[in-house]
Amino acid sequence: MNAHYIKRTLANYGALTVSALSAVFGIFFLFWILKDVLVLGFSAINFDFFTQLPAPAGMEGGGLANAIAGTFLITALATIIGVPAGIMAGTYLSEYGRKSRMASVVRFISDILVSAPSIVVGVFVYALLVKPFGGFSAIAGAVALAIIMLPVVIRTAEEMLKLVPDATREAALALGAPHWKVTVQVVYRGAVRGIVTGVMLAVARVSGETAPLLFTSFNNSFWNFSLTEPTATLTVTIFNYAMGPYEDWHQKAWAAALLITAIVLLVNIISRIIVRGKAG
Amino acid sequence: MPLRDMPEKGASDKGQAAAARRYAAARAGDAVFKGAAWFFAASVIALMLLVFVILLKESWLSIKTFGLGFLVSSTWDPVSLQFGALPSIYGTLVSSAIAIIIALPISIGIAIFLTEMAPKRVSGPVGSAIELLASIPSIIYGMWGLFVFAPVLSEHIEPFLIERLGFIPLFTGAPLGIGMLPAGFILAIMIIPFISSVTRDIFRMVPPMLKESGYGVGATKWEVIWTIVIPYTRSGIIGAVILGLGRALGGDDRNLPLGNAERKCF
Repeated sequence: MNAHYIKRTLANYGALTVSALSAVFGIFFLFWILKDVLVLGFSAINFDFFTQLPAPAGMEGGGLANAIAGTFLITALATIIGVPAGIMAGTYLSEYGRKSRMASVVRFISDILVSAPSIVVGVFVYALLVKPFGGFSAIAGAVALAIIMLPVVIRTAEEMLKLVPDATREAALALGAPHWKVTVQVVYRGAVRGIVTGVMLAVARVSGETAPLLFTSFNNSFWNFSLTEPTATLTVTIFNYAMGPYEDWHQKAWAAALLITAIVLLVNIISRIIVRGKAG
Repeated sequence: MPLRDMPEKGASDKGQAAAARRYAAARAGDAVFKGAAWFFAASVIALMLLVFVILLKESWLSIKTFGLGFLVSSTWDPVSLQFGALPSIYGTLVSSAIAIIIALPISIGIAIFLTEMAPKRVSGPVGSAIELLASIPSIIYGMWGLFVFAPVLSEHIEPFLIERLGFIPLFTGAPLGIGMLPAGFILAIMIIPFISSVTRDIFRMVPPMLKESGYGVGATKWEVIWTIVIPYTRSGIIGAVILGLGRALGGDDRNLPLGNAERKCF
């Protein structure tokens, strides 16, 4: 009896130690990555990085100003395309479709699209918008990112709109307001915080995508504000520079990595604060 | 029909007309809004169909030319136009399997640590930090793997593995620091935050009463976890792993730097 007890106690401590150690192991690596991005990124970042064009291959100096602008341009375009469409589709699921057959099909497809590898979306947009129109373009990149963003926005919008109590809708309808006005002025207003948070997270997620941009918006060493021309983005630049042979390129890649990580983390932290404000 | 419009006859007519107009406008607005919502919902279905059609159309040439042999051939010979995808498929499957084998126990360990062991002061910040790490773009993981982790592996860990464990096929070859094992390891690190935060959330949903009855009959903490918490959450953990696997199999960007070596390694 006593030996059995000791065995159980030992097994308990052994197993708990193993889980604590695995936790330490996992967390150690995650913070190691974060630390390297911070340290190496900060040592490479400077004023030129934000204001200059890339230097010719193999030369020191220069910056990634065009890639920074390109990332903002493409992400903003993707947001303009993807977010209204996603919110409207989410509105259909929550306000009109609810239990209809079509709504369940749309939900199912959104779940598939969420888990679709982003490179497949890139290939799809390549075949749809790049090949027929004869060249890489910012708009193709934005469409690819919008497709990746769409299912996330749809499901978040639906979930957030569903959280608005039906009694609120009924109260507004009972006052004689038309359904669409109830949706826009009452239901959206109740869910705006959650939807904004979801949209911010989706935007942050696509701003870090590389694979779908590799063969849609491609890359560019110069300023470009035309939507039909190839456009540089931070993530594709990271990819190219990290694979390149020059030490200076690697430095730039780390700086770009730091910038994109900082933006993504900041957006996540802000949206977290918004959500917490709601709960409190 | 608002009551205040009732007294005067003319005003009532006017009011009636206005109300009718308003009603018609509301009907039209409803139709437009509902139509727009329906349109965007339908466009999701159209998008999915379009994806299938286009991918099928674009790959038709290779399907017609190589047939199913594409999937099992390892030739890649542009000169004689012979192509096979086996090395890539093999690389994807093996590195994903390695990733899951490494990531699953560690993620469960993290979830156990966060829900059952750590005090709230520790588990809150650490849990949030792990969730934040799940949002870091995957290219960063790939780049870190290439620049930081691969050199460490090739200088310190791989020579040791090859020397001691060279009889296992996975541990053979030159200590390059790139290849299947490092790619799988980086994939593991990148899916750990995801799997562990999902697992933590489902661990939290175990009813406290179940756990308390376990403790009530004298079970140790580990026995409660092993015989109550994990069986209760098994389907959720499997779901988390499948989602993680989805990310690993679709793990393109993080694999770009490291995974290109897969063919070389094969």
